[in-house]
Amino acid sequence: MKVTVSINGTERSAEAEPRQLLVDFIRSTLGLTGTHIGCDTTSCGVCTILVDGTPVKSCTMFAVQADGRSITTVEGLKQNGELSNIQKAFHQEHGLQCGFCTPAMMLVGSAFLEENPNPTDDEIRWAISGNLCRCTGYMNIVKSIQAAAAMKNEEVSA
Amino acid sequence: MTTTQDAPRTTPEVGGLGHSRKRVEDARFIEGRGNYVDDIILPGMLFMAIHRSPLAHARIVSIDTSEAEAVEGVVAVVTGELLAGYNLAWMPTMSGDTQAVLATDKVRFQGQEIAAVIATDRYVAQDAADRIQVEYEDLEPIVTPQRSLESDAPIIRDDKEGQDSNLVYEWESGDKAATDAAFAKADKVVSLDTFYPRSHPAPLETCGIVADVNSATGQATLYMTSQAPHAHRTVFALVAGLPEQNIRIVSPDIGGGFGNKVPVYPGYVVATAASLVIGQPVKWVETRTENLISTGFARDYHMHGELAVTNDGKILGLKVEMLSDQGAFFSDAQPTKFKAGLFHIVTGSYDYPVAHISTKGAYTNKAPGGVAYRCSFRVTEASYLIERLVQNAAYELGMDPAELRLKNFIKKEQFPYLSPTGFVYDSGDYEGALKLAMEMVGYDEIQNEKEEARAEGKLVGVGIASFTEVVGAGHGDDYDILGLRMFDSAELRIHPTGKAILKLGVRSQGQGHETTFAQIVAEELGIPASDIKVVEGDTDNTPYGLGTYASRSTPVAGAATAMISRTIRAKAKKIAAHLLEASEDDLEWEVGKFYVKGDPDSSVTIQDIAFAAYTNLPEGLEAGLEGVNYYDPPNMTYPFGSYIVVVDLDPGTGQWKVRRMVAVDDCGVRINPMIVEGQIHGGLTEGYAMSSMQHMSFDDAGNCIGSTFMDYLVPTAWETPRFELGETVTPSPHHPIGAKGVGESATVGSPAAYVNAVIDALSHLGVTNIDMPVSADKVWAAMKDSGQG
Repeated sequence: MKVTVSINGTERSAEAEPRQLLVDFIRSTLGLTGTHIGCDTTSCGVCTILVDGTPVKSCTMFAVQADGRSITTVEGLKQNGELSNIQKAFHQEHGLQCGFCTPAMMLVGSAFLEENPNPTDDEIRWAISGNLCRCTGYMNIVKSIQAAAAMKNEEVSA
Repeated sequence: MTTTQDAPRTTPEVGGLGHSRKRVEDARFIEGRGNYVDDIILPGMLFMAIHRSPLAHARIVSIDTSEAEAVEGVVAVVTGELLAGYNLAWMPTMSGDTQAVLATDKVRFQGQEIAAVIATDRYVAQDAADRIQVEYEDLEPIVTPQRSLESDAPIIRDDKEGQDSNLVYEWESGDKAATDAAFAKADKVVSLDTFYPRSHPAPLETCGIVADVNSATGQATLYMTSQAPHAHRTVFALVAGLPEQNIRIVSPDIGGGFGNKVPVYPGYVVATAASLVIGQPVKWVETRTENLISTGFARDYHMHGELAVTNDGKILGLKVEMLSDQGAFFSDAQPTKFKAGLFHIVTGSYDYPVAHISTKGAYTNKAPGGVAYRCSFRVTEASYLIERLVQNAAYELGMDPAELRLKNFIKKEQFPYLSPTGFVYDSGDYEGALKLAMEMVGYDEIQNEKEEARAEGKLVGVGIASFTEVVGAGHGDDYDILGLRMFDSAELRIHPTGKAILKLGVRSQGQGHETTFAQIVAEELGIPASDIKVVEGDTDNTPYGLGTYASRSTPVAGAATAMISRTIRAKAKKIAAHLLEASEDDLEWEVGKFYVKGDPDSSVTIQDIAFAAYTNLPEGLEAGLEGVNYYDPPNMTYPFGSYIVVVDLDPGTGQWKVRRMVAVDDCGVRINPMIVEGQIHGGLTEGYAMSSMQHMSFDDAGNCIGSTFMDYLVPTAWETPRFELGETVTPSPHHPIGAKGVGESATVGSPAAYVNAVIDALSHLGVTNIDMPVSADKVWAAMKDSGQG
């Protein structure tokens, strides 16, 4: 079946077997490997992308279900050649180590900040609780998301 | 009393030791431009899927691959019989045992590899693998080491000639007679039986390979999730009989390792053999279930410890008996002469003259592994046992657990300290670390609050662990993997423009080597860290080394980096003397430049010298400013620390929650404090995971009850405690920059602190042990069993 998606602002069409998972479509068919695979059970969250702005674990959707939808992956976070706040914040606060969970963490974090621009530590922890990290112990991921919130607030007040 | 690190000697622009330099590697990861094994796509690449055993122990009667072969898109089906034709059905393990690559005679654990399908598409390969039919004859599954060693237990390794029991090894350390004598003089003997359950490192990236064997040239390029690419190249040369110069192992970005990516797995061997035979690249990447059920597990130690003490709280000696569940193949990645890794560090942070440790390992029908999961060769189990024992001894003696520790610690002035089992601890200030942790947590106030809470029917517990680790193997005389001495290496090339490339024998899996190793060179040579590129993980382009595990990168390759920098500085001095027209003896070094004594304006920078090394040399000196160092450490390093956990325990449900986790670590000199703290956060989380939820369990039939992330529970941000970090700095006296390594300290030290805190909350009920994971139901049952819960 032919699947057409708007991915990171660009329309892409390709053939997909009905059973093909969206994550495989993104990685193998569209060649965007920043979205990772870490489990087979929708538990780890490293395949999280944004579908119409909402975080979705892309191993939980078939490619055909994404037809006509708008998708953001980590490759779409940079805007006009500039790192986004969430990317800057993860670097600044040492929010990543091996980097495998990072694309998904940043996408979940940025979508969450749209919803809640001034979150508490607990609210962030709850928001990212569908995403596992084995390296950082989450402390600096939480700090990174807080730092991204602060950057945004500074921009607004400036 | 406690020392902190000196202020950095270099400016932030140079970025030497002690700067929390932001990570260089972040740039690609935050843009999704990392390059992990599964991201590698080669022209003509095929995909492999493995058919695995559903049974833990059974004889293979027949394997029918015809249906799989008929699936459209299948290129080949590989069985053990086929591999046997190439002498590849079995391979050596890291402990010198053998392991089936694809089973031919029996299956020995659930998930064991039986056959592999190579196809044009990943989905097709999996479809076809599912269509392989295997007929089995059931055998008794052995799921405990206790049953395994009974005389009527079936022999698991009947493939091995002369193997007439399931015993893998017997190994002892220490002095039995002297220990018995010390115990005879004891006022009290405190004993503890505890099980450190099987765990799995579960890095978020599973294991995988893209094997690309060029049939025209014979060149084999293997992109592998490898923590030890050079050692793996040698293993491949020995196993597959490929000439070593034609094997290039590339270990690209690794999505977490934690010991899981140290062994060579059957999938790597099969994919390589398939690529060799078919003549096309073959990719194999595990599913999560495959990773959990078949690759390197950790722990699984049944331990009995006895501590001889006097009534006034002096420890006289330690006895330990340990029985290890090794699974179906003995494949601990560990130094050859120590069968139970470095478990004999179990005497811990305390000063007593004698100990005796006797260990046994048994084969069972479980996955092989025994990897050091974020620890140095079984040090985690050792640290857990002694810290649990000391805590229980305090209760039996009616002493405060901190007081008992302070009374028995090896004193600062006793270092270097020869332990009863033969380790030479390099340096330490155990009292300093514990006292700082007590001050940070407000120890006395918490103890008082605990009593008050109890009076109100609430339970609060305080748990301490004062661990000593041993990391950074070798020295090579004592420590080797399959005979390969555990040195490591660094090659440094200073280019004419003063920029540099540093190539290492180790491999980062998230530790940030590209950032920190450049800082070591920056410190030694004054070249800004941002001018130094660090390269790892490609055996064609880096010097030979044993790899990254057991916290050995900084102690060994870090030392090699400092040493080669110093060698290069010595040559630079000759060039500086030439440029300044001065005698070498008249030159002084200051970060980044040589100057003439008493005439600081007369100076040349390291960049000037680098250019001259290629353009304007003194007579008789060879060109270039490059070199390589292979560092064989004189001793291991001994990081240590004290952790204090405060828990609130709900007497109604048995649930416990960490209120405080104070962690004081001393890893010697800190290269990059930001990265050190990040590593400690991660380790404290792994320790919490093992103490509270992570458990690889099996049912009586040998079914793995932990085969997905829905059953094998790893902590999310929601459960994970908040950590409060403190530091003391006691440099390693034998390491060139005084660093000790830190990647695993927190995993090693913290489980006992969490468990001690829960036990402390229940100590008034007489509860002395709950095996990990300390789940609410076990706590609740322990309270009920005490008759007072």
